[in-house]
Amino acid sequence: MSSIDARAPLPRQSRWSKHKIFETNSIILIIGVLLVISIGGLVEIAPLFYLKNTIEKVEGMRPYTPLELAGRGIYVREGCYLCHSQMIRPLRDEIERYGHYSLAAESMYDKPFQWGSKRTGPDLARVGGKYSDEWHSGHLADPRSLVPQSIMPGYPFLARTELAYDDIAAELRANRVGGVPYTDEMIAQAMTDLKAQATPDHPGQSALEARYPKVQARDFDGNPGRISEADALIAYLQVLGTLVDFKLYNDKANIR
Amino acid sequence: MDQTHKGDHEVDHVTGTATTGHEWDGIRELNTPLPRWWLNIFYATIIWSFGYWIVYPAWPLISTTTKGVIGYATRLDVETDLSALRAFRATQTQGLAEASLEQIKADPSLFRIAMAQGKAAFGDNCAACHGVGGAGSKGYPNLNDDDWLWGGSLAAIQTTLQHGIRVATDSETRVSPMPAFGRDGILKRDEINAVANHVRVLAGLPTEPKADLAKGRALFEQNCAACHGPAGKGNQEVGAPNLTDAITLYGMDMASLTETITNSRGGVMPAWGARLDATTIKALTVYVHSLGGGQ
Repeated sequence: MSSIDARAPLPRQSRWSKHKIFETNSIILIIGVLLVISIGGLVEIAPLFYLKNTIEKVEGMRPYTPLELAGRGIYVREGCYLCHSQMIRPLRDEIERYGHYSLAAESMYDKPFQWGSKRTGPDLARVGGKYSDEWHSGHLADPRSLVPQSIMPGYPFLARTELAYDDIAAELRANRVGGVPYTDEMIAQAMTDLKAQATPDHPGQSALEARYPKVQARDFDGNPGRISEADALIAYLQVLGTLVDFKLYNDKANIR
Repeated sequence: MDQTHKGDHEVDHVTGTATTGHEWDGIRELNTPLPRWWLNIFYATIIWSFGYWIVYPAWPLISTTTKGVIGYATRLDVETDLSALRAFRATQTQGLAEASLEQIKADPSLFRIAMAQGKAAFGDNCAACHGVGGAGSKGYPNLNDDDWLWGGSLAAIQTTLQHGIRVATDSETRVSPMPAFGRDGILKRDEINAVANHVRVLAGLPTEPKADLAKGRALFEQNCAACHGPAGKGNQEVGAPNLTDAITLYGMDMASLTETITNSRGGVMPAWGARLDATTIKALTVYVHSLGGGQ
């Protein structure tokens, strides 16, 4: 710029002026930025992976059954998390309405978790068992037939759409890569287990129950003849928040 | 100090501000300092954070974190909140916990507390199916009338609330499977039609012109009377509805009746004993009993 005296000698570089090397070399700048950000990650995120008190010790948590996992896929596909959270915060009023606050252990097999960040509808972390299957299928098809003031859209096509589950074993395997403890047996039997859970009086139900304790096996959508997307979604909704046995859970030991 | 340099760096003639000393293709950057007040607040927050680290849980260690000198924990906080709430409620609801359902019903002050607590719990837990005012809808009983499937006494309502209806996980739940006469091949299509017409006779409704009423009556007595009674008056022991009154859960038109007989019905009510405490269930019992038709 002409306003600067071009004849003036370039000033001496102090130690604080060494950042010229970052400002004139984009690769070094990127490396520098990554290093600085990773300090934040190392201090704030990395400890959660090794600290023993991150995930509470609980009784009863198990991986999702193949049908529940397929239902979870429908939940994610339809974007339910955009309006429904699955995270009861440790606040008095939330506990009064929804039940015990959510534990980290309760979403340890969720890849990724469905905590959500917005409640246009109510929290669903403990919706399992709160309503009947019939209520859920009626409510999914036409929410206002049961809750007149509801603004939830209807999902009548779920009950009409056959569940696509040819790749369910691969889905279990992918979850195992992500850290969910599915056994080889669970993966091998995924297809049978899925059918057994959604079909009344299926011979595979005792094996299913042995693999996934406390599993609820029945027809969920009111149409026992086939396995619909509604079957899977309702099976998923009915298990939410029901696995941890709070009679055996020690609140005091998990204060943090 | 000379006019072209300030500290280490030369000064821009136009603005009088020092430059950073860097040059890119002849362009030099002005080194405008941050406002003093801003910088001071910035330094103050850094100093503040040291205090914060000491007072609150902050730094990760080997197997746990620093706890902070005041021992704050969100979960401890909410525990304190909840015990304060329980203590507050205890003075309000201790009477409810100790009194029998009949005593609550008879004592105006206890009754008032039960109704207030019952109304709140009803809104949170029951209204989704039975409606905000308890009027129900197709498949979900109206609680304002005096027609009860499993009994409308205080004790019967409490049992229903506690253990639910057809809840697989509750051993004391109320169960009564109605057969799916059509789906399971017990009755043929024309037989179902005859039974449906007979049910309309019992209810005092007009029947279809070509209906075989004698056959319908015989089939009803063979297949349905065990639970619904020969006259269709129902039986609350097994949750069999009275078919002769004007109140219906799934509809008394031919299409609904045919659907009911073909595929059966079996509404499910959750077992609230697993979710709500005993006092709340008592309050709900009294509230539901008072909605209109308690016996």
